Amino acid sequence: MSDISFVRTEMLPEQAPPPSSVGAIGWARANLFSSTLNTALTLAAVALIYYVLAKLVPWAWSPTWNATSLKNCREILAELGREGHFSGACWGVIRDRWVQLFMGFYPAEEYWRPIAAFILLGVALLPILYSDKVPSKMIWFTGLYPFLMPLLLWGGSIWTPIMVLAGFVLAYVVYRALTERMSELIGLIAAVVAAVLWWLLAVSPLSGALADLIPLGLEPVDSRKFGGMMLSLTIGVVSIGFSLPIGIVLALGRQSDLLIVKALCVGFIEFIRGVPLITLLFVASTLLNIFMPPGTNFDIIMRVIIMATLFASAYMAEVIRGGLAALPKGQYEGADSLGLDYWQAQRLIIMPQALKISIPGIVSTFIGLFKDTTLVSVIGLLDPLGLSNAIRADANWNGVVWELYGFIALMFFVFCFSMSRYSMYLERKLQTGHR
Amino acid sequence: MKNTVILGALTIAGLSAGAAAAGTLDDVKARGKLNCGVTTGLVGFAAPDANGEWKGFDVAVCRAVAAAVLGDGSAVEFVPTTGKTRFTALASGEIDVLARNTTWTFSRDVDLKFEFTGVNYYDGQGFMVPKELGVSSAKELDGATVCIQTGTTTELNLADFFRSNNISYEPVPIETNAEAQQQYLAGACDVYTTDASGLAATRATFESPADHVLLPEIISKEPLGPLVRHGDNEWGDVVRWTLNALITAEELGVTSANLAEMAGGTNNPEINRLLGTEGTLGEMLGLSADWGKNALSVGGNYGEVFADNIGEATPIGLARGLNAQWTEGGLLYSPPFR
Repeated sequence: MSDISFVRTEMLPEQAPPPSSVGAIGWARANLFSSTLNTALTLAAVALIYYVLAKLVPWAWSPTWNATSLKNCREILAELGREGHFSGACWGVIRDRWVQLFMGFYPAEEYWRPIAAFILLGVALLPILYSDKVPSKMIWFTGLYPFLMPLLLWGGSIWTPIMVLAGFVLAYVVYRALTERMSELIGLIAAVVAAVLWWLLAVSPLSGALADLIPLGLEPVDSRKFGGMMLSLTIGVVSIGFSLPIGIVLALGRQSDLLIVKALCVGFIEFIRGVPLITLLFVASTLLNIFMPPGTNFDIIMRVIIMATLFASAYMAEVIRGGLAALPKGQYEGADSLGLDYWQAQRLIIMPQALKISIPGIVSTFIGLFKDTTLVSVIGLLDPLGLSNAIRADANWNGVVWELYGFIALMFFVFCFSMSRYSMYLERKLQTGHR
Repeated sequence: MKNTVILGALTIAGLSAGAAAAGTLDDVKARGKLNCGVTTGLVGFAAPDANGEWKGFDVAVCRAVAAAVLGDGSAVEFVPTTGKTRFTALASGEIDVLARNTTWTFSRDVDLKFEFTGVNYYDGQGFMVPKELGVSSAKELDGATVCIQTGTTTELNLADFFRSNNISYEPVPIETNAEAQQQYLAGACDVYTTDASGLAATRATFESPADHVLLPEIISKEPLGPLVRHGDNEWGDVVRWTLNALITAEELGVTSANLAEMAGGTNNPEINRLLGTEGTLGEMLGLSADWGKNALSVGGNYGEVFADNIGEATPIGLARGLNAQWTEGGLLYSPPFR
């Protein structure tokens, strides 16, 4: 027998990986140059990116921040020896008009009000968005915010929102009183009727009388003064805020066994979804004007907000219905077997799960609605896009296109991107592992 | 039954709309503000500045009317309107007067039930071409590609012009003036056609305006003027004669510089009647005696308003042309103040 006795008895020490497979080179080899095809694609992509940036960066890198007109921009660039149609951006227009692009025609001495309204919006959202990190009492502020925001933005007497709020209190009192004595359904109906009557008949005389007694309030600001990003945000935030609850009600109504409720909800959803938003906006801006009795000054922005809310609600209802449909039947049966009634089951078992499933859809609807607000420029409201046209109509800035659109795109991107990131965060946070 | 109720409600709404429309002058006085419809932005005619203050040639008409009625040229609520919303805004009473470079046409006057109260700018459709094309007349444009805004009368005028001259063209449809500028400069079309005032304003924004020429042909009539609702003649008179006051003041040599002096009384009785030191013209209109002086105190007479907003000293640089006084070969001819 030959003497083959070599058996390694000890482990070899770990060696560093070859330099070509670690670090930047390794990453590039693995991800960019792993095959001939990938190498070719990488080179093509690099060439494309270089081509775009080589045009874009010198254009954007243009010392025209202090220019006072397009002509002035061209003089500055010509001094630097840069000539031609795309020789450089004219950023002076942004310096001159960025306040207007954000605030529209809002009176300058009242700028603090929209700013405060949107900062407080963030505060009001905290208990909803980060419920585990802020005191739960904060939810009271969230409840009050819908009354605070119109007061800040439109101004006027402080008593009007208080009286409107009183309507909700009244509804609650009626509901409690009648539910105990009679049935819950009667209590619900009576509460709604009482609140609507209160709002229609009592609010304006009462708040008027109180305003005469104790004149507290803010300088009223006309809706016509709203413009720019502030207008988009106002329409977006209010419509988003209202469309979620309305959408939930519509989604439940569509699944309801009550024939009339179901027919109404299906009819509403299908009608609104079958009509383009721009049509609804034209109805808001032109048709309603003609149908309203003359002299009623029904605010154009309010009309647009109502239309946008209805539009978003219909889409929201379908998104939430998707969430409801995705829940296994066992969840409904489980709720029934625990002896929960319909509203308890919805509140404690069905909705939390259905809404969680629907988060990506809900946020998409939000983002879509927010971007759709730019359509109002078609009916003559000066949102950022409408303002870009108005700014170009200034003889100083006529001919400036890319700078304005770029800036507006950036503003929208910031808002939409943060919404989308937040929805992803929320999905991860609420992930409970049974999908 | 239900339909009857709705129809009844509509009728009442319609009747009260008629009733309310009968007193626009009183409405404006009671409100203390004039609601004036303007464009959402057209160079030289209406645009907000960085402080949100509206300026322009059409805006000046609004301010003059506000000053004549309310004595304050800043008592105006400017309502931006688009080509699609302007007529409903006026018909529904959302605005009192529309000063939005609107062409006076038969169907708008008669069928849409509006009343044009005069012409503040005589425009017409023209052509702009690059100089290097070597074209000196629109009739040489056979086979050209033409940038044209869709859905406007300019589109129809263009088709008529080329057909009647037996030449062909290829339209490049565009939506807005800004888009047209970009397309034209990028060479997507040889010719850009729109109102001559718009062409001049567009050319003024070019890097080298001298490389582009406006062709001599003007192929359409576009009399632009303020308009009000049909059937409210008192209000129509106020707007019409405010515009006439601006035009007459230029004819008579009343300017913002000598206004105060002339308002003290002059030897020319027509100036005195215009400025309210003689006669009762203001009273006849339902306005104060010094309404004409107030209207003129905002931006001066027609010539001054023209020079400040669109005249040759501005970047837009429009010559008076048809918009000169009749005494100087133009079409501006105000009826006498008597």
